[in-house]
Amino acid sequence: MLLPSLSALLLVAQSSPVLQVTPPEPVNVKAGAIFSSPLTVSLNEGFHMNSSTPTEKYLIPLTLKWTSTTVETENVEYPKPQSLKLAFESKPLSILSGKFMFLTKFKVGPNTPAGPTTVTGKLRYQACNDKACFPPKTVEIKLPVNVL
Amino acid sequence: MLIKHKVRAFSLSLVLILTVAGCSTSRTASAQSVKPTKDRKVAPDFVLKDASGKQVKLSDYRGKAVVLDFWATWCGPCKIEIPWFIEFQRKYKDRGLVILGVASGDEGWDIVQPYMNQMKINYPILLGNDATADLYGGIEALPTTFIIDRDGRVAKLHIGLASKEDFQNAIEKVLDAAPESQRAAAGRAE
Repeated sequence: MLLPSLSALLLVAQSSPVLQVTPPEPVNVKAGAIFSSPLTVSLNEGFHMNSSTPTEKYLIPLTLKWTSTTVETENVEYPKPQSLKLAFESKPLSILSGKFMFLTKFKVGPNTPAGPTTVTGKLRYQACNDKACFPPKTVEIKLPVNVL
Repeated sequence: MLIKHKVRAFSLSLVLILTVAGCSTSRTASAQSVKPTKDRKVAPDFVLKDASGKQVKLSDYRGKAVVLDFWATWCGPCKIEIPWFIEFQRKYKDRGLVILGVASGDEGWDIVQPYMNQMKINYPILLGNDATADLYGGIEALPTTFIIDRDGRVAKLHIGLASKEDFQNAIEKVLDAAPESQRAAAGRAE
């Protein structure tokens, strides 16, 4: 009786051990245009991760980097961090938990030919719960862009 | 490579499930004392370098009790345990205890060394690698701490933050037990 339940739990955990990234909506945009794309991330309950601006230099910051041959990244607006005071740190930590959103502003190259392309994002994070920390991980995200 | 990845993913999933479910291995293990001698498995030997570049083998410490702590500078719960280990190293050194810290291999000495100085760590720190982590089941959550008896066998395992009292009790138990060679000699003398 235990085995099927445990197997089910394992399957769920393997697909989303710490967080879920909602795949970004495909975008239709003209060549030369600027557009913004939100990216929503949900951390499982009990977990937190460092923000993009951790308070100690030995902590690993959250990063989101996009690459594409035809779409430039103008800027990434990171989610607003929360402050978490823990007994072992003199300063409060700058962390994220729960559900949060990134907003990235992109610019399509003016001479980009019409047609579909993909912008690839790499979200690097390092998560902990109150008992343990987990090595840094990188999640790859695909943003489909259709140049009109 | 794929199999190794799957094994790691499985280990991580299991650790996460146990932690999320509120029944971490650490807490489960804490409820019991150290493992009975007959159930203990040999701690795999490894060779890693310390900050001075000297090669250190786990088997160099046979005859001593060892607290083998896998940790990282980016790990908050590890930072809670380190002052306890500093105290244990001082308190139990003369009774034959060695604390060995294995820092995450992703970090270099340029990160680990300043942290060691800041924390005033008084026990050997080695720089880990994947091969050593794999010998110990992959080490997907930190801290992960093995308490190894004088015969080089794992008497207790904590995954995640444990209590100082749990560590102290386990250390006292492994220090109180003579190594097998001495027990055998004593048996022959009787």
